[in-house]
Amino acid sequence: MVSATDSSDCFHCGEPIPSGLSLEARIRGQSRPVCCRGCLAVAELIASSGLDRFYQFREGHSKRPDPVQENRWLTWDRDVLLNQVSQVQPEGRRELLIGVENIHCAACAWLIERLLKPLPGVDEVEVNAATATLRAVWDPQRTPLSNLFTRLDQAGYVPQPQSQQSDGRQRERRAALKRLGVAGLGMMQVMMYAVALYAGAFQGIDAGIERLLRYVSLVIATPVVLYSGFSFFRGAWRDIKAMRPGMDVPVALAIGAAFSASVVNTLRGTGDVYFDSATMFVFFLSVARYLEMHARHRSQSVADGIAGALPDLAERVIESPAAQSDTHSEWVTPAELNAGDRVRLAGGDAVPADGRIVHGSASVSEALLSGESAPLSRSAGDTLRAGSTLLSGQCEIEVSAVGGETLLAQIGRLLSRARSQRPPVAALADRIARWFVAGVLVIAALVAIIWLQRDPGRSFEIVLATLVVTCPCALSLATPAALAAATAGLARQGILIVSGDAMESLARVTTLVADKTGTLTDATPRLSATQVIGDVPQSRCHELAAGLERGSRHPLARAFESHAAANPDRPPATEPGAGVEGVFNNQRWRLGRPDWVGELAEKSGDANEPDSEQCQGTWLALGNQQGVQCWFLVSSNLRPQAMASLDALRGMGLSLEIASGDAPRAVRRVAHSLGIDHYQSRMSPEAKFERLRELQASGHSVAMVGDGINDAPVLGGADVAIAVGGAAALARSGADVVLLGRSLAPLAWCIRHGRKARRVIRQNLLWALLYNLVAVPLAAAGMIAPWMAAAGMSLSSLLVVANAIRLQDVQKRPQRTEA
Amino acid sequence: MNMLYLIVPISVLLLALAIGVFLWAVRSGQYEDLDGPSVRILLDDDDDSPPDENAKHRNDS
Repeated sequence: MVSATDSSDCFHCGEPIPSGLSLEARIRGQSRPVCCRGCLAVAELIASSGLDRFYQFREGHSKRPDPVQENRWLTWDRDVLLNQVSQVQPEGRRELLIGVENIHCAACAWLIERLLKPLPGVDEVEVNAATATLRAVWDPQRTPLSNLFTRLDQAGYVPQPQSQQSDGRQRERRAALKRLGVAGLGMMQVMMYAVALYAGAFQGIDAGIERLLRYVSLVIATPVVLYSGFSFFRGAWRDIKAMRPGMDVPVALAIGAAFSASVVNTLRGTGDVYFDSATMFVFFLSVARYLEMHARHRSQSVADGIAGALPDLAERVIESPAAQSDTHSEWVTPAELNAGDRVRLAGGDAVPADGRIVHGSASVSEALLSGESAPLSRSAGDTLRAGSTLLSGQCEIEVSAVGGETLLAQIGRLLSRARSQRPPVAALADRIARWFVAGVLVIAALVAIIWLQRDPGRSFEIVLATLVVTCPCALSLATPAALAAATAGLARQGILIVSGDAMESLARVTTLVADKTGTLTDATPRLSATQVIGDVPQSRCHELAAGLERGSRHPLARAFESHAAANPDRPPATEPGAGVEGVFNNQRWRLGRPDWVGELAEKSGDANEPDSEQCQGTWLALGNQQGVQCWFLVSSNLRPQAMASLDALRGMGLSLEIASGDAPRAVRRVAHSLGIDHYQSRMSPEAKFERLRELQASGHSVAMVGDGINDAPVLGGADVAIAVGGAAALARSGADVVLLGRSLAPLAWCIRHGRKARRVIRQNLLWALLYNLVAVPLAAAGMIAPWMAAAGMSLSSLLVVANAIRLQDVQKRPQRTEA
Repeated sequence: MNMLYLIVPISVLLLALAIGVFLWAVRSGQYEDLDGPSVRILLDDDDDSPPDENAKHRNDS
């Protein structure tokens, strides 16, 4: 259920409402404030479809929707892409299988189902909230795929083609669940027989029945150990071959010894059997590892995203025409392009391959590639790079490099190389495991030697009891239980732990390196000040500006999107590098660079910017033929909680740096306002990587925070890679931790929680060792019966798990003293 | 006592049956989404009555 929020927060997405804005949506008979047109549109869609019950049942706020671009999904109606995401079914139907972004609870799944079902031709819609997938059966003739996608988009959910990773994850999950079920059912049955055998040990039991129960236990324990326990044996074998024994080795040893010795005793007809211990052991460990895998998978499936940097389709020109009319072109995927092809691009397109502009001009953003946020002008003869975006303009390029040759691909390779060169994190438990195995074998040998001399008849039993008692159940539960609880706890706070060793790496971090644009600052700029200098009222100025900028992809345009827009007489024209011009009620208006706006005025006036000393950001002028009427200050603000979070990190002893691809002045400003001393600007991906290696060579353990493709190689090479909300797909794929949401507060939380997890793991390991210290001498002295071994194992496991459960709550406020 | 020689093996057969059913359930995807169906029942209630005042307060806390 949604918790009470400040009345000045958006009802739909929970973000603060810009002051002076009053937009309301009518839900269930009540007026609710919203922060922007996007949230208003979604809320009205939900209310008008009669689905406002959604707001009662959702768990937490929805994500603030990006502005819906008209016709964004049209290319998906092409057969090429249709076949990618759907399969042909009888009677002209198709079955669609895709992932969906922004689903965060079961109510979202219900909402999507209810929104898509009424569309004509849709037979079935099934949304799985746990895996964030959508399955639908529909008739593409009656409702094109683009309509389905647009509906999803309008509700604030983004469709994405499923990745192979999610298939792999499903297989892994199912296999683990099968093993778990067999182990659980088998264990319960064997325990029942074992209770009878224990009772028999006290009260006496008929020899025939005892033999029957033992054999039946053997029959049931065999598939449990061999099928469910197989992964432990395989892991132990891998470890031994690689000469790096980990936690699997003592586990395999204990299970194998207990099981095989019990089989021997059953066949011999004498001695004790430990089938119940062996099966319990397999079951407990399977549960712990399943929970850990489950928590990790949930994080991974949310972090997956293929809405990547390359476009879905590119328009290739077949014959280069002499005249513009009569051109022949076809739509192909970027992978099908060849060097020498001509591709036509328009405003809003992502560039599919490296190429040289043959004719036309455009304003492009290479922000994802270089971190540089200012738009660049390109015209005939200049090069465009794959992965950059056309903000405005139209051009035709001749492809020079495709696929693996592009700069984009080179960055991707840098990322893979960085990841493979990462030193493996030897988990604490694995290191202990090595000593443990050695110790157990030595003790078992000693015990055997001693008892063979004292009482050879009992020596086998006693050695077996010793091995079972040392059973590293608590030891091997220590890490997975803690990681499962910590991962789940962080996931609830919007922090996704995607890789297995991220938690321990987080605990070890000594230095944090952050990117600037989009990471420390918001990706979307805000309108921070308005200064009217003419007769036009302020609200009218806002309307004109919004009307001029609507539909523009220029980064500064988004500052106006929450305002109501005036309707221009015809679509506004963009002048790359200068601004946008439109006509309202037969009056020409320009918004953009002050000198260009001033050119519109008939008389030359002074176009002086207001005092910009204290203000951060860019001044835009709005003017008509009478001169400049209004000044707007557009700035990129720091993400919420940036200062508080960095302060907390400093309090924890971390040193902070900025490594950015943006211009020096902008980087210096942000660094000063955050109190960061070490910062560098205009850094290429390679330069960032160099800095990373420098720090690591001097002994630092580095956490890297970023969002763009230019951060990808650094993210790959860092000890811990953190991607912030809205990160490009390539950056996310190199990350260990993904932060959802706009706030930077989770940065401090996850490092603090990683340290707490490490403490809990250490406590668990300590307890496990202590337990062994007490139990082994007792077993060696011949005082431990099978039921005592089983009871001891259960209790120590319980304690470890109970301790781990403490990690489900993430602490947000710093304690007074923090190491 | 002779009974046990019959009952115990039967219990093993029942266990095998239980395991078989479980494996079928996993394979047919019944464990894929454990949260969705429970909430769906609540949401699909066709409830035309005015919003419950108590429910609103509970949601706001």
